[in-house]
Amino acid sequence: LSTAVATAAPRRAVQPRHAGWAGIALGFVAWFIALPPVLARTPVPSILIGLLAMTAGAWAIAGGEKRLGWGAVVAGLVGGAGAVASTQSGVGNLQDVVTWSALVAATLRFATPLTFGALGGIISERSGVVNIALEGMMLTGAFFGIFGADLLDSWFLGLLVGMAAGGVVALLYAFFAIQLRADQIVGGTAINFLALGITGYIFLDHYGDQGTPDNIPRVPDVSIPGIKNLSFFGDAIGKANLLTWVALVGAVVLAVFLFRTPQGLRVRAVGEHPRAAETVGISVMRTRYLSVVCSGVLAAMGGAYLSIAFVGSFNQGMTAGRGFIALAAVIFGKWSPGGAVAAAMLFGFSTALAQRLPAFSPSAAVLFQALPYVLTLIAVAGVIGRSRPPAADGQPYIKE
Amino acid sequence: VSDPDLEPQAGAALAGEPGPEVAAMTPAARLAGYVRGGGIVVPVLTTLLAFFVGGLVILVTGHNPLSTYKAIFNGTGLNWFFPWTSSDDRTTAALNLQQTLIITTPLILVGLAVAFAFRAGLFNIGGEGQYLVGSYFAVWVGSSFSGMPKLLHIVVAIVAAALAGAVWAGIAGLLKATVGAHEVISTIMLNWIAVWVGIYLFGLNGPLQNSDPQQQSVPVSSDVVSSAKLPVFWGDPELQGLHVGLFIALAAVLVFWVLVNRSKIGYEVRAVGLNPEAARYGGISVARNYVLVMAVCGVFAGIAGSLDVLGWEFHIATNDIQLASASGLGFIGIAVALLGRNTAGGTLAAALLFGALLSGTSQRNLDPTIFEPELASNLTLIIQGLVVLIVSADVIVLTMLRRGRGLFRRRRPAAPAPAQEAEAA
Repeated sequence: LSTAVATAAPRRAVQPRHAGWAGIALGFVAWFIALPPVLARTPVPSILIGLLAMTAGAWAIAGGEKRLGWGAVVAGLVGGAGAVASTQSGVGNLQDVVTWSALVAATLRFATPLTFGALGGIISERSGVVNIALEGMMLTGAFFGIFGADLLDSWFLGLLVGMAAGGVVALLYAFFAIQLRADQIVGGTAINFLALGITGYIFLDHYGDQGTPDNIPRVPDVSIPGIKNLSFFGDAIGKANLLTWVALVGAVVLAVFLFRTPQGLRVRAVGEHPRAAETVGISVMRTRYLSVVCSGVLAAMGGAYLSIAFVGSFNQGMTAGRGFIALAAVIFGKWSPGGAVAAAMLFGFSTALAQRLPAFSPSAAVLFQALPYVLTLIAVAGVIGRSRPPAADGQPYIKE
Repeated sequence: VSDPDLEPQAGAALAGEPGPEVAAMTPAARLAGYVRGGGIVVPVLTTLLAFFVGGLVILVTGHNPLSTYKAIFNGTGLNWFFPWTSSDDRTTAALNLQQTLIITTPLILVGLAVAFAFRAGLFNIGGEGQYLVGSYFAVWVGSSFSGMPKLLHIVVAIVAAALAGAVWAGIAGLLKATVGAHEVISTIMLNWIAVWVGIYLFGLNGPLQNSDPQQQSVPVSSDVVSSAKLPVFWGDPELQGLHVGLFIALAAVLVFWVLVNRSKIGYEVRAVGLNPEAARYGGISVARNYVLVMAVCGVFAGIAGSLDVLGWEFHIATNDIQLASASGLGFIGIAVALLGRNTAGGTLAAALLFGALLSGTSQRNLDPTIFEPELASNLTLIIQGLVVLIVSADVIVLTMLRRGRGLFRRRRPAAPAPAQEAEAA
């Protein structure tokens, strides 16, 4: 009988893993029903759902799914507590902060540059080149994107100019990191300084104190007729910017490329074990050069999104750390495109929330801007699963 | 300025055949090779090359590089030392030189903060965050406790800043020691957390925003009270004269030198930096050293923040924090340490160079009729970036120079390697 139970166990319909995920989902639900538009004004159902989530988590822990189970317990606890706090606060404040369509729209806006940057970071690091220069590459794309759009009077050509500029900067970085086998972190830091100086210099030299003109051609929003009129997310998804869609499609393309094509396998092989890759005839140098240049082009698209789609102007150092949040998204998403998009969305959401929370506390809301960095610090500390970079990440390769 | 005390095995990998072990070397080992390799010649060449490329940028954008560099030089006030400077010019030069040394003071310290970590094989990219956290504590202590005696108040403020920096950097060291989290990632994250915490603290309605009823709409801290202000020993205190913090920075250089070259800690730190595995085998606790080293770095950077606040800034505005987040002194400290090759004297010299460059290109010191200060401050960033870029690759450049090989090995006839490689695999 015992053997029968043992063999039957894996075939159970509900496995601990499912219970863990269900618990996490319930945690979200617990808080969700206390927020607009449901707006339950009594905490009792939320507390019950939160407890249910924690029970599911406990069961998952007992079943061996420790990490997921603890996640569910925490989700239940946070969700329940958040719901209690929400029922205590004024309806007016809640409706100011939690306007889902506006929150989703803002999340997408803030997540788009991070997604581009993170995709760039992934392709570079998967090939074994640490890319701490994402910030500089993004800034280059931001400036040259708007510079090109202004001079050539076309957002499309501007985007191309920005991407090309990002590629050139990445090529310079690649030459130092790959050819000269420079210390990649020192080299990346140098690229960040250079990008800051060069974009600032040309910006001031060309535009002076006036700044970029107001009538820059902007990347258009994509209006989707069917979805646009839906009540909940319709406003956000139906009118998202073209580049937001490009970023999301780009993530899918990169995921397919890395994990479903021979070329992607080669990139990963070069990042994990360059000597073995070289032995089977893959050119480590060429693969890394291409990956780093792609990385620069992608990061520059994120920067160009900022200048010619989101804001419509440029100011010195306008990326303001977004390249580093993108780097954080790479790590938080464990070097996978899907994970990076999820991380970018989470980080974008925290920024979106920081913009709306002043209804509750005018000063403390700004702390939400630090959330991506805190979460990444927790992630590298190994609390939320180990974040393991590609084995040869950051090591220069010397051909035998 | 080179460091003769390095272990002989430091450059062994560089001197021998470049095998895979070169790739796996720690940054400290690479830099140790650099110290052995070039003496003072390579940093000087690096600097000249960076200034030359910067001059090209000036030329391409339609300005005269020579007159621009001359104006920047006059802005640094270093012409004060020339005997032929006329007495009128000397007055201006003195004012400018005071500014140069005021900027050099924190640069020395953040340079040491980066350099000390490099000696242990760690890359402390978080000097900016440690500097900021230190300055927050200094401004908090300095603007409260107004009844305290002068010397005590200053000491308490500086010690609080040093401890805050140590704790902030120590987090990265602890994460490295316990779970192996890469210090570059954690210090970058800590930088930005420090930035946002500062914007929260001194922002509108923040807990440390100024208490002056006239300034309730200004996101700035309270002013440091007079008992916590560092005394000015050269120039007019009302016109931002030179404060005594310079001597604290110079003392820190001495402490750094003794710590690295003449102490047990320094020996262990260098051993860990050159080869953590060998150090562990030799009975040195690598984990303890990581925490210790980062804490010491944080002390240096934290003091830097306190000297700026107590010496001439006297308050912190959120605008300044935001500006510093991308190109603050903590980042210039990386260039200072790398150009100074992580030695005490080298860091001092490089700090003076970058301090001069910063003050020479500042709005206050540079003659705007010759070159716009805003452009010039970007020129500083370009030169700084070029210096770091050239330094990043110089280990290998030196190796190649010494061995007389070209960098583009693919153009050389391929050695009969495949068989050998198959065996190795």
